[in-house]
Amino acid sequence: MTVYKLRTPISEEDARKLKVNDTIYITGTIFTARDEAHHRALEFHKEGKEIPLDLQGLAVFHCGPIVKKKDDKWIIVAAGPTTSTRMDLFEDEFIRNFNVRVVIGKGGMGRKTTDAMKKYGAVYGAFTGGAAVLAAKAVKNVKSVEWHDLGMPEAMWVLNVEDFGPLTVAIDTYGNNLFEDIRKSVEETRQKIYEKLSV
Amino acid sequence: MVNEKTIEDVAVKLLQLAVTELPKDVKAALQRAYREEESDAGKTQLKAILDNVDLAEKTRTPMCQDTGIIIFYVKAGAQVENLGKIENALYRATIRATKEVPLRPNAVNPFTQKNSGDNTGRFLPFINWEVTSGDSVELTVFPKGGGSENVCALGMLRPGDGVKGLKKFVVDTLIKSGAKPCPPNILGVAVGGGADIVMKLAKKALLKPLDTPNPDPELAKLESELYEAANMTGIGPMGLGGTFTVLGVNVDYASRHPASYPVAVAFQCWAARRASARIHEDGKVEYLTHEAV
Repeated sequence: MTVYKLRTPISEEDARKLKVNDTIYITGTIFTARDEAHHRALEFHKEGKEIPLDLQGLAVFHCGPIVKKKDDKWIIVAAGPTTSTRMDLFEDEFIRNFNVRVVIGKGGMGRKTTDAMKKYGAVYGAFTGGAAVLAAKAVKNVKSVEWHDLGMPEAMWVLNVEDFGPLTVAIDTYGNNLFEDIRKSVEETRQKIYEKLSV
Repeated sequence: MVNEKTIEDVAVKLLQLAVTELPKDVKAALQRAYREEESDAGKTQLKAILDNVDLAEKTRTPMCQDTGIIIFYVKAGAQVENLGKIENALYRATIRATKEVPLRPNAVNPFTQKNSGDNTGRFLPFINWEVTSGDSVELTVFPKGGGSENVCALGMLRPGDGVKGLKKFVVDTLIKSGAKPCPPNILGVAVGGGADIVMKLAKKALLKPLDTPNPDPELAKLESELYEAANMTGIGPMGLGGTFTVLGVNVDYASRHPASYPVAVAFQCWAARRASARIHEDGKVEYLTHEAV
């Protein structure tokens, strides 16, 4: 297990150095995107329309933050990760089209995303679910908000962050998937638990 | 006469307390889990959770960005005047708390996908009413996050499956949920009644403090059996592997139809947010879960 401090834009080469169980901290630009922002970005791409920001080498954060406006400036109040599996629908295409290098969320992602990460060079960084104040603390300022019409949680919040983490690398570019490994070992205990409960 | 404005103010206060400060029993359970967790990954997660809880309390910031959909439980004394005004007061409190705390706007129309922006909408905030004797109002707020809600399960088992079937359903539901409900979780388990009754009981069981033993010895035994089984799975904090998959299991039941054996499992994430207060006829307010600041 190694600790890495990464700065955006992150290169494909740097992403390919990371292995599951490594810890990473990110400094630079990350942006939030949940179901709706993923959906819209892919629609725009299909129609050949420009999206508001170049995502190359950035980290996408599965998060619907609480944001407030103070003296005309946006302030991130709380910004923990949301469940990533919902984005399995979009993430392989999203990685392919926009070259993001880190996907931040909670709960891990599935086979399709894992394959895309291997192919295009990206990793999944697990952030503690609900640790919203810790996350907000690492946000230095809000650079912009895009697609605000999607509502506060679904909009794309572009954030300037410093040492954002700790993120546990749970999917790497070698096809390893930590959550999948845990799931397998949990599956192996199922029979033992049935026996203990005599069911 | 219980004043409408008092209800509104207390509800705003309870929402703020609930989302920024865990009840003592939950905090103690998380600290114990951190001390006793055997896996490194699990310990790292629990450390981040406890740091986050501290920071949230100190800065009066919501501990999780998902401040849930807003659910109220109201135990209203039958002799309270103005009962008809409570619903409006809670509606206004929700709008105010969304702005003042702040809470994330989480009320979305399921057809147009439009977010109302203030946590109100058709049937939201949701109010569970109970009429009791007396002249006070007991108000509980239960902001319920989506991640743990999405893995709640209803099983319409056969009566022949019985308690064994119930136990198996709980284990299967928990294993299927994996990392999704932000473990360590609290499980609310209920059996009997009908499809709606059983889920209501399971949800309500999530409000029971973790340090209060179940007064029914049979249920207490079942709770500890399920607790041990859950923590045998190895799912661990945030599903990254470890000892503490659950912090507690609370069981409740209702009598059932001879042909039905409904079982419900409700999940609460580690951010077990709840807060209660009693509002007396003379306007005195007693906070039951938190020290009001």
